[in-house]
Amino acid sequence: MSKELIKYTLQIADNALVIGHRLSEWCGHGPVLEQDIAITNMALDHLGQARNLYQYAASLFNELAPGEQMQLFASTALQNKVAEGKPIDEDDLAYLRDSWDFYNTMLVEMPNNDWAYTIARSFIYDTYNHLFYTKLLSSADESLAAIAEKSLKEVDYHMRWSSEWVIRLGDGTEESTRRMQAAINDLWAYSGELMIMNDTDKWALQHNIGTDLEQIRADWKLRTSAVLNEATLQIPADGWMHTGGKNGRHTEHLGYVLAELQFMQRAYPGMVW
Amino acid sequence: MSQKADSKREWPLWEVFIRSKAGLDHKHAGSLHAADADMAIENARDVYTRRMEGISIWVVESKYIHASDPGDAEILYEPANDKIYRHPTFYNLPDELTHM
Repeated sequence: MSKELIKYTLQIADNALVIGHRLSEWCGHGPVLEQDIAITNMALDHLGQARNLYQYAASLFNELAPGEQMQLFASTALQNKVAEGKPIDEDDLAYLRDSWDFYNTMLVEMPNNDWAYTIARSFIYDTYNHLFYTKLLSSADESLAAIAEKSLKEVDYHMRWSSEWVIRLGDGTEESTRRMQAAINDLWAYSGELMIMNDTDKWALQHNIGTDLEQIRADWKLRTSAVLNEATLQIPADGWMHTGGKNGRHTEHLGYVLAELQFMQRAYPGMVW
Repeated sequence: MSQKADSKREWPLWEVFIRSKAGLDHKHAGSLHAADADMAIENARDVYTRRMEGISIWVVESKYIHASDPGDAEILYEPANDKIYRHPTFYNLPDELTHM
């Protein structure tokens, strides 16, 4: 039971960590001072959510039998840590797993490119995340429900912020409309994975821990369509969708994210500052 | 104004007023740039209330603030100088009364 719950928790946590890292890349590079502060605030919100979830996942992991612990991840650095017989913590989960042990959707690892891409990625994710956390409030797992409740106020703001930017750019100048539409079109094929059930999602649904993501899809479609219409943007056709991230198969982009994120702890294990 | 100059134009400036807790006044916190009132409130939230400084935000476009002329200071303020009786300082306050 715990092994599936750990993986389910990590799916949520890894989304938060990776999009938080992507947003943090704007720090000092925002288009205006006010938005630089806004986007780094949100990066910290995501990081905070990731921390809560990693702490929970680490506590579940530490309760597993040593044999089970070794089987859960294929990352050598984490296995070495487990082999020492010491409990792991949130940092170990963030820093010692390799990309194949990360379960985030591929959407959140997409590069920032420009402001429109960054907005489109957040808009797709925030809209999903708000619906998802709302459902997670009634999870049979009290810890996840509590984290959802704490996170929801932040996510509510994220969704409002990214939706308003989609409208502002979509219904803006010729240039901003063109860029916003291009970003939505390019990232649309990565939206589906958020709401496609993998085995872990199905397990969580069966145990009343997770939620039926297929049900979220209809609401997601409704909300995103309303915003895109107001933004005078074309809603892309729902074609083929990329999948794999939630099962540990990622685009090349995640490797670069992790290289930057994990470098210090890999080069100087256990370093504190 | 040419198209190019227009597109480079900065967002208007807004003055931000924050109420730190119920019952207190909104106090001037600073200013920021934003395209419209909604964005000004969001920006103010991100710039001025991230350390729990406030529970309510007012924004007003700086161009709508009308200020007194510093050159008028003598006429406006000096006549009050010798009117000490306007200060409620002639009362004995009980010790238990604080925040006065």
